Amino acid sequence: MSAKATRQVFGETIAKLGEKNPNIVVLDADLSKSTKSDIFAKKFPERFFEMGIQEANMVGVAAGMANAGKIPFICSFSCFITGRFDQIRLSLAYSNANVCIVGSHAGVGIGEDGYSQQGLEDIAVMRSLPNMVVIQPADEIECASALEFLADYEGPSFIRTTRQNLMAVHGPDFKFQLGKSDTLREGDDVAIFATGGAVQGAVQAHEALKADGIHARVVNVASLKPFDAEAVVDAAKSCKGGIVTVEDHQIIGGLGSAVAEAMAEAGVGARLLRVGLDSFGESGTPEELYRHFGLDGAGIEKSVRKFLGK
Amino acid sequence: MQMAATTEDRSQIVAKLTALAKGFRVDIIDMLEKAGSGHPGGSLSVIDIVTALYFHEMKHDPKNPKMADRDRFVLSKGHAVPAQYAAMAGAGYFDKAELSTLRHIGGLQGHPVNTATAGIEACTGSLGQGLSIAQGMAMAAKADGKDFRVYCVIGDGEMQEGQIWEAALSCAKYKLDNLVCVLDWNKAQIDGYCEEVMPLLPIAEKWAAFNWNVIEIDGNDMEQILDAFDKARATKGKPTFILANTVKGKGVSFMENQVGWHGAAPNKDQAKQAIEELSRT
Repeated sequence: MSAKATRQVFGETIAKLGEKNPNIVVLDADLSKSTKSDIFAKKFPERFFEMGIQEANMVGVAAGMANAGKIPFICSFSCFITGRFDQIRLSLAYSNANVCIVGSHAGVGIGEDGYSQQGLEDIAVMRSLPNMVVIQPADEIECASALEFLADYEGPSFIRTTRQNLMAVHGPDFKFQLGKSDTLREGDDVAIFATGGAVQGAVQAHEALKADGIHARVVNVASLKPFDAEAVVDAAKSCKGGIVTVEDHQIIGGLGSAVAEAMAEAGVGARLLRVGLDSFGESGTPEELYRHFGLDGAGIEKSVRKFLGK
Repeated sequence: MQMAATTEDRSQIVAKLTALAKGFRVDIIDMLEKAGSGHPGGSLSVIDIVTALYFHEMKHDPKNPKMADRDRFVLSKGHAVPAQYAAMAGAGYFDKAELSTLRHIGGLQGHPVNTATAGIEACTGSLGQGLSIAQGMAMAAKADGKDFRVYCVIGDGEMQEGQIWEAALSCAKYKLDNLVCVLDWNKAQIDGYCEEVMPLLPIAEKWAAFNWNVIEIDGNDMEQILDAFDKARATKGKPTFILANTVKGKGVSFMENQVGWHGAAPNKDQAKQAIEELSRT
C-alpha cells in the first residue's frame, strides 16, 4: 500500500489546481519548505507570497485578497496559524472570507520537535467558529479530493495536514464529500471513529480484532465540520459495544467531542471511549509517540479490547 | 462617487465637504443618543477624513457596492463606525432613517460587519486587523495590474497592537503605493491618554523608519486632508502613512479631548446641547 504525507499531497495538488484556476494564490509564513507550499511557489512565483513570520498579518492579508477576488490558501504549522484565533475569528470567519487555512504538522505525528510545534488544539478552536469548515483527510486520495473541493468552495475553511506519511485507506475513485463520513470497514460489535493520522491504526486494529472474532466498524471522519451526525447515530444504535473515537488531537473539542455531541443531541446513548491526548505532547519519533499515546494499531486494538472487556 | 473637480475650484470642494462633515457630526450624536451606547470621541475625530474619502477621494458606487475595481475603505478602528454609517447614509448606501437602528437588534451593527451592511468591506473591531486586510486588497490590485486604491484608518491606541507593525513591515516590502493608512491621532484611548497608557511617540519617525511615505496634517482640516491624499497618489514605490492630528470629540465643546467620551453615549440633554453647538458653528 502506498503511503504519503498529506502535506506533500497539499503541495502537489495545489500546484495542479493552480493551473486550472488563476485566482488561486498561496501565502506562507516562512515555512514553505515544511508545509510544501514551495511546490506551488516554484511553479507560480507571481502567485506565491512570502509573508515572513507574521501569521496574524497573513490572515488579514488573505482576507483582503479574497475581498478582491483571489482564492488564498494560507499555510503554516497548524498550531501557529490557528493560534491567531482572533484574526481568524474576525477577519476570516465573521467576514465570511473565501480563504483556506492549511495547517500542517498536525498532532504528535510530527515527532521530535515536541509540543510547541504540534497542532493539538486546532480542530477544537476551528470547529467552534461559525462559517468555518474543518477538514482532516486520512490519506493521499482523500486529501487531493478535499483540496479540489475547497478550491471551488466559497467561504472560510481549515484543512489539517500531516508531516508523517499516511497509508492509503481509500481506493483511487474515492471522492471527498463535505459533511459525510465514510465507512472503511463494516462491523457491529463496536465502532471506531477515526480522523487523519489515526485512521490507519484504526484499520489495523480492525484486522487484528477480526482475527479474534470482534467486528469493529471503522468510520473515517474527514469532514469534522459540518459533521456527519447520522453516521454516529447509526453506529450508536447498531454497534452494541459502543463507540471509540481516535484522534491525534486533544480529546476535548475534537472528534471525540463531536461524536459525544451528536449522540447526546439525538438521544442515543452508547458508551464512548475517546482516545487521543488529554495532555501536552512531547518529543520522540512519530512511531514512539503514536505508541505512547495509543494512536497506533496495537494501541487502538488494546483500547477497544479494554473498552469491550475482551 | 467623485465630485466633478473640473467645474469646482478647490475652495468650493473644501467648503462643501466641510459642510457635509458638520452634518455627519450631527448624525453621529443623534444615532449614538438613540443607541444609548457607542463611541462619540473617535467618531467625531475621524469624520472629516471619512467624509473626504466617501465624497471626494474614493471611486465607488453606493448603488453598486460590489462594483469591480472600486476603491476600498477599511475602518480598522471599527468602534468609530458611526462616522462611517453617517457618511454611507449620506452617500446613498442606505436610507438615513436606518441610522436610528444602530446597536439595536436587527439594525446596524455596533462595529463594521461586511456581511450585514452592503458597502462595508470587512469585519473590524478587534483592533489591529484592518491594515492587514487593506494590505491584502492592495496586493491583489497589484497582482492583477488594477488601479484601484485602498484606504485604511487606524486609531492611535490601535497602534499598540503588534499586528499593526507586522503590516507596517509587510506593506513596505510589497511597495504598496496604492495603499494609504491614515492614523486618526486623537491622543486618547479608553483607559486614558495614549502617552500614559502606552507611549507611541515618536510616530512619524517610526513609520518613516518602516519605509513608509509619511505626511503629517491637521486631520480635522479638509484642505489638508485632500492635499495629503493627492500627495499619496503621487507617491510611487512606497505606501503612504498620513499622521492626522485630530481632536477627540471634535466639534462638541464638552467632548473635546475628554477621555470619558471615548466610549459613552450622550443622553438626550447632552445630545441636544451638542447638536445646538454643531448647528451654531
